[in-house]
Amino acid sequence: MSVQTNFENGELRFSLGGELDHHSARDVMRKIADEIDRRLPGKCVLDLAGVGFTDSSGIAVLLRTHKHMRELGGSLSVENVHAQPAKVFRAANVGKMVAFQEVR
Amino acid sequence: MKSENYIKVEFPSMSANEAFARNVAAIFAARLDPTLDEVGDIKTAVSEAVTNSIVHAYPSELGRIQLRCRLPEHNLVEIVVRDWGVGIADVPQAMEPMFTTGGEDRSGMGFSMMEGFMDSLKVRSSPGKGTTVTMKKRILSKARK
Ligand SMILES: Nc1ncnc2c1ncn2[C@@H]1O[C@H](COP(=O)(O)OP(=O)(O)OP(=O)(O)O)[C@@H](O)[C@H]1O
Ligand SMILES: [Mg+2]
Repeated sequence: MSVQTNFENGELRFSLGGELDHHSARDVMRKIADEIDRRLPGKCVLDLAGVGFTDSSGIAVLLRTHKHMRELGGSLSVENVHAQPAKVFRAANVGKMVAFQEVR
Repeated sequence: MKSENYIKVEFPSMSANEAFARNVAAIFAARLDPTLDEVGDIKTAVSEAVTNSIVHAYPSELGRIQLRCRLPEHNLVEIVVRDWGVGIADVPQAMEPMFTTGGEDRSGMGFSMMEGFMDSLKVRSSPGKGTTVTMKKRILSKARK
């Protein structure tokens, strides 16, 4: 799984690519957390345009990052969510905690 | 021997095998000409079941996981994920949404996902002996979709 990072005007953007599961999530979660701690952004964006698959491990990535940002007084948004990940997030009612925008 | 197509694969409980297992199941089901949505459902359910065996059944050592797929009926795929790990003492409780023994890392949504994304889910387990998860999904012919 690839993680590209971009930091501009206080916004930290992660572009993820590949399949998100328990195997890949550990690494992704660590990279995201380290980068947030280093940059202390006001806003964080997870761009999931490159993520064609996730299982429940992806839910943990969203919720953890959301919690991390909230602790810093910042916010998280999740963008470009494909149909399969969107279905998984909806099944777990993730939208109640973290707003995500689906790819059209 | 009954003329029924099936596959049986066995692999060690390494997390790198999660992707392998769900993709094998998806390829097996491909012969029923499923929609992308149905393929996604099967991959999700298998990923959940196999991850459970890796994370919960064998928490501190590597063990054996078996994946079996067959077509018991026209348009019906049956997927079995089996381990010989620690087992589950209280299956109904384990299957409740949000129930987890995995702490911060896990959300307790695995069984709910398998149940919601497949047409049926059966879990057989005994402590110390292991767990067998049997899931079925009917693939509607494209003409009826
Ligand atoms: N193969 C297994 N062997 C032993 N225990 C299991 C097995 N599968 C599930 N369990 C038990 O059932 C509980 C619920 O499983 P479920 O998949 O619903 O949630 P989870 O794995 O804890 O979290 P998530 O799947 O959301 O990451 C687990 O926490 C574990 O205690
Ligand atoms: Mg699970």
